[in-house]
Amino acid sequence: MDFLQPVTWAEALEAKAAHPDAVPIAGGTDVMVGLNFGHLRPALLLDLTRIADLRDWQVADSAVRLGAGVSYARVISELGDRLPGLAMASRTIGSPQIRNRGTVAGNLATASPAGDAHPALLAAGAEVEVASVRGTRRIPIDDFYTGVKRNAMDGDELITAVSVVPPSGPQQYSKIGTRNAMVISVAAFGLALHPDRRAVGTGIGSAAPTPRRAPAAEEFLAGELDSSGLWESRAELPEATIARFGELVAAAAAPIDDVRGSARYRVHALSVMARRALTWAWADHRSATQEA
Amino acid sequence: MRLTCTVNGTEQHVDDVWEGESLLYVLRERMGLPGSKNACEQGECGSCTVYLDGLPVCACLVAAGQAEGRQVGTVEGLADPEALHPVQQAFLDAGAVQCGFCTPGLLVATHDLIARHGRPSDAETREALAGNLCRCTGYEKILDAVRLAADRMAEPTAGGDR
Repeated sequence: MDFLQPVTWAEALEAKAAHPDAVPIAGGTDVMVGLNFGHLRPALLLDLTRIADLRDWQVADSAVRLGAGVSYARVISELGDRLPGLAMASRTIGSPQIRNRGTVAGNLATASPAGDAHPALLAAGAEVEVASVRGTRRIPIDDFYTGVKRNAMDGDELITAVSVVPPSGPQQYSKIGTRNAMVISVAAFGLALHPDRRAVGTGIGSAAPTPRRAPAAEEFLAGELDSSGLWESRAELPEATIARFGELVAAAAAPIDDVRGSARYRVHALSVMARRALTWAWADHRSATQEA
Repeated sequence: MRLTCTVNGTEQHVDDVWEGESLLYVLRERMGLPGSKNACEQGECGSCTVYLDGLPVCACLVAAGQAEGRQVGTVEGLADPEALHPVQQAFLDAGAVQCGFCTPGLLVATHDLIARHGRPSDAETREALAGNLCRCTGYEKILDAVRLAADRMAEPTAGGDR
């Protein structure tokens, strides 16, 4: 096994182009588990932690551009106000030790259906910036997940950054696991209300081959909020609307039975989490007007 | 490959490091520092918690080469030659050590917690130590030890008013 430690992004991209099978490593929270247990024996380990360009986040074109090397701990401490949904998801990840190392980009590279950042990224409508020696492209998050632990990247590409537009409305995140810390989710749900474009964003985790949205639930809720004038009146949401939203979120899932939970449980849990997340988010939306 | 890093303030060089091995393996098997424990090797248990450039991390999830040129702090670096660190003493005095396997990781995590929070609330302690599992389930004594260490470290030193 070789170990390469490029200090510039150009060097990293050249190395990945020359060795498409190289395994990139940043926080190591996925890659090292594979190495420690003998499941992963890449010819080349490509350490990205020396590349200064990846370490920071900036605001660019009204979006937060989160460098691939920014840890979950920093998303929580530095971006809780700008990216509340992603920060909430980050707080549920692993332990302090894991959050000090792990990155959102690593979550995307692994592309596990259980990755905790995915529902928040889907709900917010993020874009993944990937690069190779051939150039840079931006992949909408909806097109990023292509299968179980598979994503839309080519062999010579690396993740540069994730761009997320700070929300115009409330965001919420809910995760179910067997305990509060250090768990792989049994099911997770992310919600974003977008009053500026009168739209709703959702993300479902651990309940389908890939993280996915619940488009019918989004359209239903946006339609209800629109036709009843609720975006403006900020009146209480009808119980039936909340319940129907939960049903439609659950209907978008396609879970399996596994050691963490049954498919039936996951579907039920999603309907509950969707109702709760909507209740919390709508309360936030209503209190925002009282402050204004 | 050769690895050079600073461990507990001393520069260390080790040769013939396999590229796929962890910082934990390097510390325990190549540097003679077995304080950091090897339990789960997947970041679940916190027994191998060390400081890497001042942040607590699981040493089992750091590739050896990623520590090149970095500052590593292990449980062996907490005590003075003459006396245990107050966090260590508090764990002994509070009866927070049972089989002892989780203790080194908890000591480093607690050391970091008190450095950041002074006197942490119980909720802050539970959150900060959530990644350190005690298989003996002696968590109440561990919480006692954290409170005791925080209280002792917050007290004025000799020459103070009380």
